[in-house]
Amino acid sequence: MATIDYLQALNQALDEELAQDDTLTVFGEDVGAPKGGVFNVTQGLAEKYGDLRVFNTPLSEAEIAGLAIGLGVSGHHAVAEFQFADYILPATNQIISEAARMRYRSQGDWSAPVVFRAPYGGGVGGGFYHSQSTEKVFVGQPGLRVVTPSTVRDAKGLLKSAIRCADPVLFFEHKRLYHSIKADIDPDEEILTPIDKAQVLRQGTDITVMSYGITLQYVLQAAEELAKSGIQTEVVDIRSLYPLDEATIVAAAKKTGKVLLVNEDNKEGGVLGEISAIISEQALFDLDAPIKRLAGPDSPAMPYAKNLEQAFLVQPDQVKQAMQELAEF
Amino acid sequence: MTRKLQESGLTKAQLRVVYAQILRSRRLDERMLQLQRTGKTSFHTSGQGQEIGQAGMAMAFEPGKDYYLPYYRDMTAFMLFGITAKEILMDSFGRYDGPSGHGLQMPNHYAAKRVKAVSQSSTVASQYPVATGIAYGAKLENSDRVTLVTTGDGSTGEGEFHEALNFAGVAKLPVVFVIENNGYAISTPHNEEYAAKSLALRGQGYGIPGVDVDGLDFTATYLAFKEAVARARKGDGATLINLHVLRMQDHTSDDNQRIYRSKAELAEVKAADPLKTMTQQVLDEGIYTQAELDDLEKQLKKDINVATDQAEAAPLPDLSVLSQNIFAPVDKESGIYGNN
Repeated sequence: MATIDYLQALNQALDEELAQDDTLTVFGEDVGAPKGGVFNVTQGLAEKYGDLRVFNTPLSEAEIAGLAIGLGVSGHHAVAEFQFADYILPATNQIISEAARMRYRSQGDWSAPVVFRAPYGGGVGGGFYHSQSTEKVFVGQPGLRVVTPSTVRDAKGLLKSAIRCADPVLFFEHKRLYHSIKADIDPDEEILTPIDKAQVLRQGTDITVMSYGITLQYVLQAAEELAKSGIQTEVVDIRSLYPLDEATIVAAAKKTGKVLLVNEDNKEGGVLGEISAIISEQALFDLDAPIKRLAGPDSPAMPYAKNLEQAFLVQPDQVKQAMQELAEF
Repeated sequence: MTRKLQESGLTKAQLRVVYAQILRSRRLDERMLQLQRTGKTSFHTSGQGQEIGQAGMAMAFEPGKDYYLPYYRDMTAFMLFGITAKEILMDSFGRYDGPSGHGLQMPNHYAAKRVKAVSQSSTVASQYPVATGIAYGAKLENSDRVTLVTTGDGSTGEGEFHEALNFAGVAKLPVVFVIENNGYAISTPHNEEYAAKSLALRGQGYGIPGVDVDGLDFTATYLAFKEAVARARKGDGATLINLHVLRMQDHTSDDNQRIYRSKAELAEVKAADPLKTMTQQVLDEGIYTQAELDDLEKQLKKDINVATDQAEAAPLPDLSVLSQNIFAPVDKESGIYGNN
């Protein structure tokens, strides 16, 4: 056993997959030697696997995506890094028009089994373009998986599964989890996390809270605290943002009849609305309270000034309060 | 002055195949416009005026080994890579057995797994970055295969055109980038698309050769591509070819070019039809006799009639296609990921 953080888990996943899959390449802006990524996720990999397989690209997001797709269609695997989730937008055409449609439009003649990695999320003083959650731009595109790990174990296991997945996978990493969560991971254990499943992280009978990213940490913390006052929380890590794991979501909603959904992104038009719709369609008569969403305001994410940034971000005490109120409903 | 066909170095037998394919493509193109006009199909994008350039281009590659990312006027080149009239017609009729789109893609989005012609979208120049990934794969495999990617002159205004050429220059990729320059982006003339004297000049900015080629001259085109392919195979990197061709027809079957091209210009284009020039060349150089050409025309008419009937009779996609092949099948045993 070794204690590693979320970022080290990602690095291990890349390292292990590069070792076992000769066709795998890893690239992006500053990804190669000697820097190994602006967050250091790819540190040491170019030195170990060579500059042909782990390399820098120009500042060229559409090219980064297209390069990955071309490798994918010709029998290779690729992990393309976007330096920030905000910078994926110039590559949107490649990801949606090419990667997401490739298998369907050719009925399986061609496919793009590639991973697009992107650090997302705010609270780092990054202003508008180093803080956004851009998942809602990409969810709802049939053919494109959108996932995000919210535990150290999944950071490793989900990235390994994403690399082995035959579909294009957009892989969001919450940048404030990089060093804030740690876990004991057996370096010899082969961890492969199911790519399309939500997971129940905590069992409870009073309320159900579903979340992903940094806000999931707040939920787990609050659940621990509320348990002392007798409120038992079922906590679901959504994990696969598209397609959603309807079975796990609906079962967890039915179990307590009280549902709170939490994410960092804007409230309207995002992943939470879709989860709410699924629960409304399939579990309305099992509910004892209106479905509640706790999310960022519907303002552009996110201002730089510390006070505005914090006001934008869902705070741990807001999560706890919302959970308490729901329990008391 | 158009160069002699024999100066291409191709054999008489090869040149006979090339000419027959060009003529087949022209007659098929005419048929596809008819099918659209009579409401049998919804859409066609004509490649008339670009056939000779495309043939010179295609003959420099090894179909089945080299990858090809075509654009929507590339029917002649696509056929020279080994695709039949019937297959193309099946895509036009939206039939499942059409190799390009299986009834899902619009016509003219040429693709076929068996000749490594990769599926494309309609957002122009989008195939350029994808081509660089395929070319990078050749480096990883230590293969001398070359990637061919084409687009129109209008597409060169796209950011993806620039991004792909830039990276191909940096990574010295074995790819041949082609601009089939017919002078128009739908109705917008070239002087409203770019200010450069020639798009070939852009190559220099990316550290790769940029070459202007007369796409109405088969031999000149073939030799220029032969050099670009040889360069890529040797590991010397990419080439940008600005292939000058004519657009004889409307942009697509939904367009009317008489609105934006004068009668005089259209008459000039018609007079410059490169098929006429090449027909004269095959006769002058003894590649075909007039009697053989007459027979060829008759045979092509018959073949295209049969192909049209067969394609029309082929089944439409089953409704189950709507929801299949969206994601890869999930591995039942592990439940973890789809099979590659």
